[in-house]
Amino acid sequence: MPKRTDIHRVLVIGSGPIVIGQACEFDYSGTQALKALKSEGLEVVLVNSNPATIMTDPELADRTYVEPLTADALEKVIEKERPDALLPTVGGQTALNLAVQLDELGVLKKYDVALIGAQIPAIKVAEDRLLFKNAMKEIGVDMPKSGVVKSLDEALALVEDTGFPAIIRPSFTMGGVGGGIAYNLEEFKEICSRGLSLSPVHEVLVEESVIGWKEFELEVMRDGADNFVVICSIENVDPMGVHTGDSITVAPALTLTDKEYQRMRDAARRIIRRVGVETGGSNIQFAVNPADGRMTVIEMNPRVSRSSALASKATGFPIAKIAAKLALGYRLDEIPNDITRLTPASFEPTIDYVVVKIPRWNFEKFPQADRTLTTQMKSVGEVMAIGRTFKEAFLKGVRSLEMGKEGLLFRRPDPPDDRAGAEDEQEEEDALLRRRLVVPTDRRMWALFRALDKGWSVERIHELTRIDPWFLDQFASLVELRRTAEMIGLRDMSHDLMRTLKRAGFGDQELAHILGADASAIRERRIEMGLVPAFKRIDTCAAEFESFTPYMYSSFEESCEADPTGTPKVIILGSGPNRIGQGIEFDYCCCHAVFGFHKESFETIMVNCNPETVSTDYDTADRLYFEPLTFEDVMAIIERERQGNPDVSCVVQFGGQTPLKLALGLQDAGVKILGTSPDSIDLAEDRQRFAQLLWDLGIPQPASGTATSKAEAREVASRVGFPVVVRPSYVLGGRNMAIVYDVATLDRYMATAVDVSHDRPILIDRFLEHAKEIDVDCVADATGAVIVGGIMEHIEEAGIHSGDSSCVVPPPYVPEKHLATIRDYSRRIARALKVVGLMNTQYAIKDDTVYVLEVNPRASRTVPYLAKAMGVPLAQIAARVMAGRTLESLGLVEDLTPTGVFVKSPVFPFVRFPGVDTILGPEMKSTGEVMGGAGSFGMAFAKAMLGVGQRLPESGAVCVSVNNDDKAEVLPIARELAALGFNIVGTRGTAAYLRTHGIDASVVYKVNEGRPSLADEIVNRKIDMVINTPLGRESFFDDKAVRRAAMMTGVPCITTITGAAAAVQAIRALRSEGLDVRALQDYHSEVKAETA
Amino acid sequence: MIAVLALEDGTWYRGMSAGAPGETSGEVVFNTSMTGYQEVLTDPSYAGQIVTMTAPQIGNYGVAGADQESGAPKVAGFVMRDPSPISSNWRAQGTLRDYLVHHGIVAIGDIDTRVLTRKLRSGGVMRGVIATGSVDPEALVERARAIPHMEGSDLVKAVTCAEPYDFTTTLADAVTEASFGVPPIKRASKPLKVAAYDYGMKLNILRRLVAHGCEVRVFPATTPASEVLAWQPDGVFLSNGPGDPAAVTYAVDNIRTLVDTGVPMFGICLGHQLLALALGAKTYKLKFGHRGANHPVKQLDSGAIEITSQNHGFAVDPESLPETARVTHLNLYDGTVEGLRHVVKPVYSVQYHPEASPGPHDADYLFTQFIEEMERR
Repeated sequence: MPKRTDIHRVLVIGSGPIVIGQACEFDYSGTQALKALKSEGLEVVLVNSNPATIMTDPELADRTYVEPLTADALEKVIEKERPDALLPTVGGQTALNLAVQLDELGVLKKYDVALIGAQIPAIKVAEDRLLFKNAMKEIGVDMPKSGVVKSLDEALALVEDTGFPAIIRPSFTMGGVGGGIAYNLEEFKEICSRGLSLSPVHEVLVEESVIGWKEFELEVMRDGADNFVVICSIENVDPMGVHTGDSITVAPALTLTDKEYQRMRDAARRIIRRVGVETGGSNIQFAVNPADGRMTVIEMNPRVSRSSALASKATGFPIAKIAAKLALGYRLDEIPNDITRLTPASFEPTIDYVVVKIPRWNFEKFPQADRTLTTQMKSVGEVMAIGRTFKEAFLKGVRSLEMGKEGLLFRRPDPPDDRAGAEDEQEEEDALLRRRLVVPTDRRMWALFRALDKGWSVERIHELTRIDPWFLDQFASLVELRRTAEMIGLRDMSHDLMRTLKRAGFGDQELAHILGADASAIRERRIEMGLVPAFKRIDTCAAEFESFTPYMYSSFEESCEADPTGTPKVIILGSGPNRIGQGIEFDYCCCHAVFGFHKESFETIMVNCNPETVSTDYDTADRLYFEPLTFEDVMAIIERERQGNPDVSCVVQFGGQTPLKLALGLQDAGVKILGTSPDSIDLAEDRQRFAQLLWDLGIPQPASGTATSKAEAREVASRVGFPVVVRPSYVLGGRNMAIVYDVATLDRYMATAVDVSHDRPILIDRFLEHAKEIDVDCVADATGAVIVGGIMEHIEEAGIHSGDSSCVVPPPYVPEKHLATIRDYSRRIARALKVVGLMNTQYAIKDDTVYVLEVNPRASRTVPYLAKAMGVPLAQIAARVMAGRTLESLGLVEDLTPTGVFVKSPVFPFVRFPGVDTILGPEMKSTGEVMGGAGSFGMAFAKAMLGVGQRLPESGAVCVSVNNDDKAEVLPIARELAALGFNIVGTRGTAAYLRTHGIDASVVYKVNEGRPSLADEIVNRKIDMVINTPLGRESFFDDKAVRRAAMMTGVPCITTITGAAAAVQAIRALRSEGLDVRALQDYHSEVKAETA
Repeated sequence: MIAVLALEDGTWYRGMSAGAPGETSGEVVFNTSMTGYQEVLTDPSYAGQIVTMTAPQIGNYGVAGADQESGAPKVAGFVMRDPSPISSNWRAQGTLRDYLVHHGIVAIGDIDTRVLTRKLRSGGVMRGVIATGSVDPEALVERARAIPHMEGSDLVKAVTCAEPYDFTTTLADAVTEASFGVPPIKRASKPLKVAAYDYGMKLNILRRLVAHGCEVRVFPATTPASEVLAWQPDGVFLSNGPGDPAAVTYAVDNIRTLVDTGVPMFGICLGHQLLALALGAKTYKLKFGHRGANHPVKQLDSGAIEITSQNHGFAVDPESLPETARVTHLNLYDGTVEGLRHVVKPVYSVQYHPEASPGPHDADYLFTQFIEEMERR
């Protein structure tokens, strides 16, 4: 069945901003799909609100709309572009939901758009619990027993069938409130009664619990001729009860017999056929009772997913690409396997290594959040590691997490303690440890190793964690090896033991810690012993056929297949696992670095350990090493590559802090670092040296100092004056950054500050209150030419982390004289630092003076957004400049200006973390961003708000509740809202102030004043927008309830005056202009810059 | 205990003993299945072969009686990357290591199985020796070179049953749990008598025949056709088995006689090769064979793709097929013949393993087809 001939133009929907549960894996799958569709000669139209993606690069689709992912915006795009077909399966749940919405609204029918990849009935069967349950019953596939009941009597009858433990979920309560797990009849009665009363429809779902069962996933594909293949089986190390995104997982499944596995495969085949996924990939989750092997299906996703990205990276089989081709009508056997070239895609990959995925959490950003892992995903990123054995892959994965000391699994056992009372303490610690094993959290794996270290048996730990004994035995043997190593010590270590340790995956750093030696000593010793890793290839077929794709991983094995070429090469170090502050933006930059060096005829080599990314696609760089980003692992690659050609250089500018942390070590080891020198990077990071530089240049900066103790901190603070911004050195995303108003808080900060040392002091800057903040990205070449890529004005004022602030280009409210100053400063700083490549500078404007807050001579979070706004791939230009090109030769002689107005806005994960305040501060909390583009600031901001899911009201009631400082400033805003016909509501003080100034404001109770309070009114949908600035520093948390209520109900809640002003402009634009859509290609055709 | 694997080309690898102590020799081959090591170990087609598993973690789920494809392991030796010290599965009755030791199977672990596989892929299968304890690798290489070649070896006689026996339903009941766990597409409407030639038959073939409603009598490989016909079977089944088909001349002769009678016949693997020889075709040795559970096979009539379980070192030469037979299935990896059918007689065969075990169940329809051929008569 060859390609369909009736499709010429395809619309692809992306997944929007990065949020927990839907991250850059959809950039990877979307990018693959776009490439596949284009290679088939189709015209491709893309809609995705996320500018930080490779998929929204204007070269990838024919028409790229960075527009809000809403049904009305999509209808506008469809109306304009008239696609023949819509592919909704590569943009996560967002795209599927939108496809259903467009169908329900009749848009698809109206414009005669065919769905390809998944049809509406299939999407519905997979989504709707009841439809799915019935479908499974029809094909004889077991599911956990369940039923919906409306009374306690019904519930009691039902639980006789479902058994204990029983899961109770009330219908229609937010975030599963009122649900629970009952282990006995008494608990069951209690939870059911509560659930029935809390549920607005007095209904609860009672379900058989499969918590503690083994959890598996199959990634499967089906073509239009009903051919079916399993691409990968995945086993969760954490049993049922923990979301698979929060579980440590392993591929292939390791504890299933062939009989069990084939039964699962058979079920998967029946499921995908019954659900009706005609073409493409699906993910199916199963639970298996470890006691008797009973297998039940949990759910299926009729689309590519996070797991399919993992499966693609784990096997070398590009699921999204193949899915796109299948959607066009191809059959699996008509598509070649890229890696072996000679064999078709209609096969099941077999792998001769083990893949381990470990999630990366960011709970340190949300101290009040509950760290318990449940069925709702909480991790923000993940690492994947590949080894020849589970142990090797697991330890590589742990070191890929980049958690510093916290990441070390092995602790020296405590010396015997015979003090009085020691036994009690011991008992207490044991009780705590037991709890940490029973209740899964992000730290459970570390507790588990602690327990093994203390000599707890595999059986005991299995009882507590329900983790399969096979995995526990593997962990136990690692602990055993740790003990042997420690006992023998480095001096007496034999070749055999060192080989065993390295083959088990122990890193030099980990061994250094265990042996109490220096990592360099370990390294020296093992190299002396001839113990260097070999590189093996990922080839989909366990070496049965020759492979042509240099996709590699290291292992301490005998034979190396790296086969380095004789071409001069550049190694681009990636950004590792996604985390808040270091996300997809840096992967985007790394990809563009690859493209840039490729254009300059270098062989490009990518090193990264994040399976969700485009950078770890095997066809992004010439060669891919899927490896941890540590000195040991990177050096091994460099040394191996040098054997092909000694001209190997490294690039550290694009991947955020991860590669930067390696820069000096690599340079000391004689590795050539391209672009801005590590010393300049260090200079910009070193407070004192940098302050001196600005002083010499005559550029103003807020007074500052560094401190390693309380006393020093007090001294600095009294010199620079409160308030001050405090933060540790070398962090990204404002980790542990705070604004401090008084000595007591400062003391507390210093007392709790982590990792303070002489090399890494706490940085203390004067905080400029109510200043306007500006971000600038520029590119400089070796001749000293500097191009300003964009001047971005923050919508929130200084004090809110730049990553959490909305910003806009071109800057609408900065006077030209300041812009000129900013350009001038940027050029001078870039030249002084001898920047070759990218540089990001943050400025503050206060009292008519421009201050430099911070300089980072590297790729920044805003680079992709600017690239989309300007139509110039800044990161790629930077790479080419680093390769020796001049900006002039690349056609860049003038600072860039956009032809429209582009607003970038952040999205936050608060909805996942009940109890966490949604207020913004200097510590970054957003997970992703969207861009809105238009001809005016108001419209661009309105679109950005729509993009983040905040539909600004065009009429209704606005509640204003601001602190005293802000009252005067909120007045014109309230006045304008009133003029636009909004009802103005205020809390007592604000309302009184507004009324005395002629605005008819009614009063609403504050949360602690009485009911119905403002929070109630929000929940009751009486309020359509809230303007709520925090009531001074003392009462930072007073209005938490209001902000949380607004978030849960999706009512826009604006917490800054500048944000409120922008919102008013946006509302006005929405009412006067209406939503319009425009492709990036249309904006960019007006940009003259020649970058060929 | 240290162990060494030595190959005829002079290379040798040091690893750790993972089974019984001692020395063994055979043709070294690799299998790419990720599950089903016990089915592989006990598949009689592996007689005379040292099997290398490309999947690195072997033994994790232990061993269970129901996972055996014959009474005991049949491989000459076993090579693994990382044998599991424990077994973890509700069905497990013991660890892999104890099982290997109990059955006297010499095995080696901690070997870079990937480099070995690459060698076999590029150089073809090789003769090799595994020995445990302190051994002289060079001497092992010499011994590997002295092993007889697989070509021309009749290994069937060593694994076939001694006497005919009925594979009774009671026996089948005992192993139902070990079968697919899924009902057959169709069962025979009344019990059909199937005479099965045992050239080294896997148990799951018998289980599937019984599950489809057959009464099976198993005959030794050398049984004359007349004796089989005397039992008045509704159909004759030709089983899988080890070694070079061309060396099993007595089987070829009997099959030729049976084809002429017009009795429905179905052959798997070695049975398929023997049928081809009986029809006048030729077989040849593949460079490194097909052993795994992921090979795509295309049914030429429908165009459908099956993912198949494979285990063979020889194949049928399509050029040599007489006009009385046509190719029905092709391997999409290398275009080799995977199935054939007589153009008039109800006689057909496949090179791969529709009984799976280990491997996918995609080709179970071939058993249904056999039922239908027999019922049509």
